[in-house]
Amino acid sequence: MKPFTVHRGRVAPLDRVNVDTDQIIPKQFLKRIEKTGFGEFVFYDWRFGADGKKNPDFVLHEPRYEGASVLVAGKNFGCGSSREHAVWALADFGFRAVISSSFADIFANNSTKNGFLTVQLSEGEVEELMRRAQGIDGYEVTIDLEKCEVRDEQGFRAEFRMDDFVRHCLLNGLDDIGLTLQHESEIVAYEKSHPVPTTLAS
Amino acid sequence: MAAKTLFEKIWDAHLVASPAGRSPLLYIDLHLVHEVTSPQAFDGLRAAGRKVRQPGRTVATVDHNIPTEPRGTPITDLIAANQIAALQRNCKEFGVRLFDMDSPEQGIVHVIGPELGITQPGMTIVCGDSHTSTHGAFGALAFGIGTSEVEHVLATQCLSQKKPKTMKIEVRGRLADGVTAKDLALGIIGQIGTDGGAGHVIEYAGPAVTALSVEGRMTLCNMSIEGGARAGMVAPDETTIAYVKGRKFAPTGSDWENAVAHWRSLPTDPEAAFDKVVEIDGAQLSPFVTWGTNPGMVAPVTGRVPEIKGLSETERRAAELALEYMALEPGRRIEDIGIDRVFIGSCTNSRIEDLRAAARVAKGHRVSEKVRAMVVPGSQTVKRAAEKEGLHRIFQEAGFEWRESGCSMCLGMNPDILQPGERCASTSNRNFEGRQGRGGRTHLVSPMMAAAAAIAGHFTDIRNWKYQ
Repeated sequence: MKPFTVHRGRVAPLDRVNVDTDQIIPKQFLKRIEKTGFGEFVFYDWRFGADGKKNPDFVLHEPRYEGASVLVAGKNFGCGSSREHAVWALADFGFRAVISSSFADIFANNSTKNGFLTVQLSEGEVEELMRRAQGIDGYEVTIDLEKCEVRDEQGFRAEFRMDDFVRHCLLNGLDDIGLTLQHESEIVAYEKSHPVPTTLAS
Repeated sequence: MAAKTLFEKIWDAHLVASPAGRSPLLYIDLHLVHEVTSPQAFDGLRAAGRKVRQPGRTVATVDHNIPTEPRGTPITDLIAANQIAALQRNCKEFGVRLFDMDSPEQGIVHVIGPELGITQPGMTIVCGDSHTSTHGAFGALAFGIGTSEVEHVLATQCLSQKKPKTMKIEVRGRLADGVTAKDLALGIIGQIGTDGGAGHVIEYAGPAVTALSVEGRMTLCNMSIEGGARAGMVAPDETTIAYVKGRKFAPTGSDWENAVAHWRSLPTDPEAAFDKVVEIDGAQLSPFVTWGTNPGMVAPVTGRVPEIKGLSETERRAAELALEYMALEPGRRIEDIGIDRVFIGSCTNSRIEDLRAAARVAKGHRVSEKVRAMVVPGSQTVKRAAEKEGLHRIFQEAGFEWRESGCSMCLGMNPDILQPGERCASTSNRNFEGRQGRGGRTHLVSPMMAAAAAIAGHFTDIRNWKYQ
């Protein structure tokens, strides 16, 4: 996967809490069998009317947020369904990270598999970023995974925590499966003492 | 030896490796697969030249996308048909057992695992679906994963998992008549919030929980994800053992004896500690109805859509958006809310006990003229059992549609969807905006409450129901 080290990008504010994965990528788009091409459908029901026409009022359609690569959102972002398509859609649309005060477990986990960052800051820090994104034209932040900090040119600086190993994998774009198979002998040993139940063995 | 919780016993027993500086590797006893979250995973295996490591521990079915029209009716949605064909190809190529559309055992993945005896206590179980938590009802550690992790499990039969925290939800007292496992689940989420369980595995305990049947426990554990939890579990007991015994894929002979002995060792030790404990008074719960756009926005059927003036700014805004979407206002009596559609189905509530309960309510009554009501049994096995008991005739005579098995209107990936503005009493698990169809308004309830609403044309307190 694509490594994530230091990213600087325009910020788009999504001032809603509990944004669920049904909103991020509605179910009709889950019928695809590819991993790509989900970006055009991200937040579909908010971005497009029932007639398929673009909704100019939705925040991501405001010209000043065009090209935004960092999303700032309210708490419990990504709750609901486990669909990893939500991460693919956000990434394909152009986002490299979401900043919020909390994330749903499955969404955060899925993000780590795709070089997509979920950055957890305090509610106060998120509110401040939301304010700056809404108030400052062309507002940008730098997300520095090496230093584990978010900063801007206007004096904002906040640290975030991340599991060391997850951070290591993101920094180096490491493949999960390859790493696990380094433990082949331990897996084999476990399987020797835990054979497949006879009723299920094909 | 230190006292351990049910969760810790299963976690420790499945550790394959605990490499320094990274999350431990857990062995996965059972990997359930369906058509929506697997195609990219199989493609990844193929591209890397890998096999499915343990086909014997992998079980697949088609459920999300398939129509609930009579089997044999062609699938008109070509993209859906393509996705289903992809699963068929992948299972054939990789040697995975598939309960396909023409199988007498096909059904919603979280319905067929348990009813076939594939789901058992003490197992680690994963699936590319958040409601995998359902299987925790057996005292298994079961949770949802994304497609990348599906590929990982297919390739390695392991999962790298950060150890979650533990939460005990102790439910005192007994649930009153008319108050079901679904109402208990909604009541809990109403109390802890949709992120209340985040980072935790919940163990449900207490007399109100142990009094639930295994199907009731499945409903409860199913909804754990809606409270933000990683997984939900109920300790296995004699009720659990009796349920599993004799099922198609359950162990037999000395394997059975050994399994039962192991399962009896799993319940939480008396001195074991949890990171968090929440107490719920089961006797105080009523039948619930959700009014908003997440499962935490819930009110007793005898109550009203809550006032929002006193909430924090963030909560008030969220409630305003929800009320606007749902076309409701604070103070509206829940029993005054009329409905257009009813859906009895989903991995939360589509098993034989759910159908019996709904049929008991429906018997001798007629679905309101303005309502279209649908019953979707959770599996072909459930459908046959229901038909053997004549439940389908009760439903059809009352004016409910009796359909084939699948996820159907829970998430509207197949043609069973709400039209914009339609209000639905649903036994499913999510009332997010657009969940059942763009602009559709979902209210989550128990099967009895859904059946009653279909007949009354509006929500009504099942505790006052006139059974025929």
